Amino acid sequence: MNTGKLTTSQRIWWAIGTIVVLVWALFPVASILATSFKLPSELTLGTFLPRTWTLDNYEQILAPSGAAQDLFLSALRNSVGISLIATAIAVVLATLAAYAIARLDFPGKRIILTTALGVSIFPVISIVTPLFNLWRSIGLYDTWIGLIIPYLSLTLPISIWTLAAFFRQIPWELEQAAQVDGATNWQAFRKAIVPLAAPGVFTTALIAFFIAWNDFVYGISLTSTDAARPVPAALAFFTGASQFESPVGAISAAAIVVTIPVVILVVLFQRQIVSGLTQGAVKG
Amino acid sequence: MAAITLRHIVKQYGDGFPAVNDVSLDIADGEFVILVGPSGCGKSTLLRMIVGLEDITSGDLEIGGRRVNEVAPKDRQLAMVFQNYALYPHLTVFENIAFPLRLRKSEFSEEQIKQKVEAAAATLELGEHLQRKPANLSGGQRQRVAMGRAIVREAEAFLFDEPLSNLDAKLRGQMRTEISRMQRRMGTTTVYVTHDQTEAMTLGDRVAVLRRGVLQQVASPRALYEQPVNLFVAGFIGSPPMNFLPGEVHGNRLRLPFAEVEIPQHIASRLKEGSLVVVGIRPEHFEDASVLEEHRRAQGVTFDVDVDVVEWLGAELYAYVPFSIQGDVARKLEELDRELDGEGMRTQLVAALSADSRVRDGDRAQLWFDPSRLMIFDPETSENLSHNAEAAQEIDRRNEQERRASIERAHQRELQQRGQTVAAS
Repeated sequence: MNTGKLTTSQRIWWAIGTIVVLVWALFPVASILATSFKLPSELTLGTFLPRTWTLDNYEQILAPSGAAQDLFLSALRNSVGISLIATAIAVVLATLAAYAIARLDFPGKRIILTTALGVSIFPVISIVTPLFNLWRSIGLYDTWIGLIIPYLSLTLPISIWTLAAFFRQIPWELEQAAQVDGATNWQAFRKAIVPLAAPGVFTTALIAFFIAWNDFVYGISLTSTDAARPVPAALAFFTGASQFESPVGAISAAAIVVTIPVVILVVLFQRQIVSGLTQGAVKG
Repeated sequence: MAAITLRHIVKQYGDGFPAVNDVSLDIADGEFVILVGPSGCGKSTLLRMIVGLEDITSGDLEIGGRRVNEVAPKDRQLAMVFQNYALYPHLTVFENIAFPLRLRKSEFSEEQIKQKVEAAAATLELGEHLQRKPANLSGGQRQRVAMGRAIVREAEAFLFDEPLSNLDAKLRGQMRTEISRMQRRMGTTTVYVTHDQTEAMTLGDRVAVLRRGVLQQVASPRALYEQPVNLFVAGFIGSPPMNFLPGEVHGNRLRLPFAEVEIPQHIASRLKEGSLVVVGIRPEHFEDASVLEEHRRAQGVTFDVDVDVVEWLGAELYAYVPFSIQGDVARKLEELDRELDGEGMRTQLVAALSADSRVRDGDRAQLWFDPSRLMIFDPETSENLSHNAEAAQEIDRRNEQERRASIERAHQRELQQRGQTVAAS
């Protein structure tokens, strides 16, 4: 709306700023994308673009005959499953907690929020060793649950905080207004509150999913086999076709493959995310 | 449309604090009743109990002769306008207004809904905004959407919870007349909560003044103003507020800080010799003696004061005269000031003088007042000793007549207009 009012110099500065940020953020991705199409023999040439474009690396991780296919596909399955389950649990629990925090007045409200914050600022690396020992002795080591639980400790605090902040902005009077307008309790909730809460819950779910999807430290420390190893950890176990070949090409291809779902999610739900983040503008 | 009857309504919260205490009120069919009081007096709680959003601890609430204490809000057939409008931000203006109709799917066809919403939008001049979202509307427009949502319901009664407090002063005046016009035209029973006494005085057929959950007085605005039952009502109604002075009874004379007056016959018998009373006099009952005609001057009492500050407002002029008081009366007045959300500032007399007055800051002026206008309050019970119940009833009776006449007129006009549009088409 206001862009029309920008002066020429302002517009130039904005353009420069945007380009700098884009290059800064996207150059590594472009580099990996280019690398993923290179032949193993060309990896050390030092050019940005591959000389001969090849899908060898993708075949290696995806095709039935590929060397890293077993490793990658099972890791992909683990990553998707574990991240989705962790996200679902985190969102359900966080929604309930945030609803209580935003709407009810109960003793210990502050403590819950502070604890959540405290948990989330704890460095992952300091917890992982004791967790490793504990998991091994109670049999959670190298299982899905063994990863879902620590992922909840990462996703729950941020989910509770964002949802609580979001729910606080919902004018709850709407529910009462709907009741006076002739709605049952359930209708009031469904027609007045859910449409407002949904974008926030959705945004939170995406954030939680990305946190679980991107984790490396827990993934590599608490797993040992295909049974539970997620993609970021599995990438470290890639080997070249022979011991003299670098696996960088295959790793790049795998990195691109795991980036794609994230990009697709963001593009698909861009509108929900934006409306989730700007819903506060509603109140007069 | 229905009458609303409140019988000994009590609202007690978990800690035993009675937010509303034994309120009984009869609201006639088609009447416009205002609940007014300072913040925390229980007026909003009372309204929310009528609409069903708040449980009633004890007492009976009847709408249209049916006891509705346990009836869910959705079945009470009331329409409410909330303080922050409570519009559904994800719906367009059209859908916002249609919301109550859509909830009763079976009753209305799509065609009927469209027709009703458009009719409501037309009366509120919202026609061109129907497809917009509430977030893109101005405060006044949102306010009208909220009213539109109330109108389409054809509800038994309208309930307003401080609907104008989020608007700026100019818009507030416009919306006030808009609400008044709408109510007269539709003749729907209306209960309106406000802390603004201007709204209370201008809108209400009758005004119920609440204080700490207790109903103080229910009367027409005029009766409240001229015949308040106690110190609280007297201090709350009127702007600038009534002046309260300590007075000492000596025989049949009353000694005030500035002057001495004769006590009217009917009150004198109720006052003890030497006792202290609180004397109330409205700012506009003072006048600058120098601008008065001789014969009026003779009817009243004059006294000399040092005017501290003068505010000239064009139509009139406010003169402020500081004075100090001690003892029981001072405590009583301080307490009253706190209850009326005052700041505990210095005690001063406010006189609304004629704009012709030449009094300026720091002048010594001669002020005049008519002793028959004085109100005398018992400092212990706060009761208005000069209250004239008959006069108050007479004012209320006349007010009720005027109300009926005005609704009748509004109906006639409506019929005429309809006749014209029919003839035109």
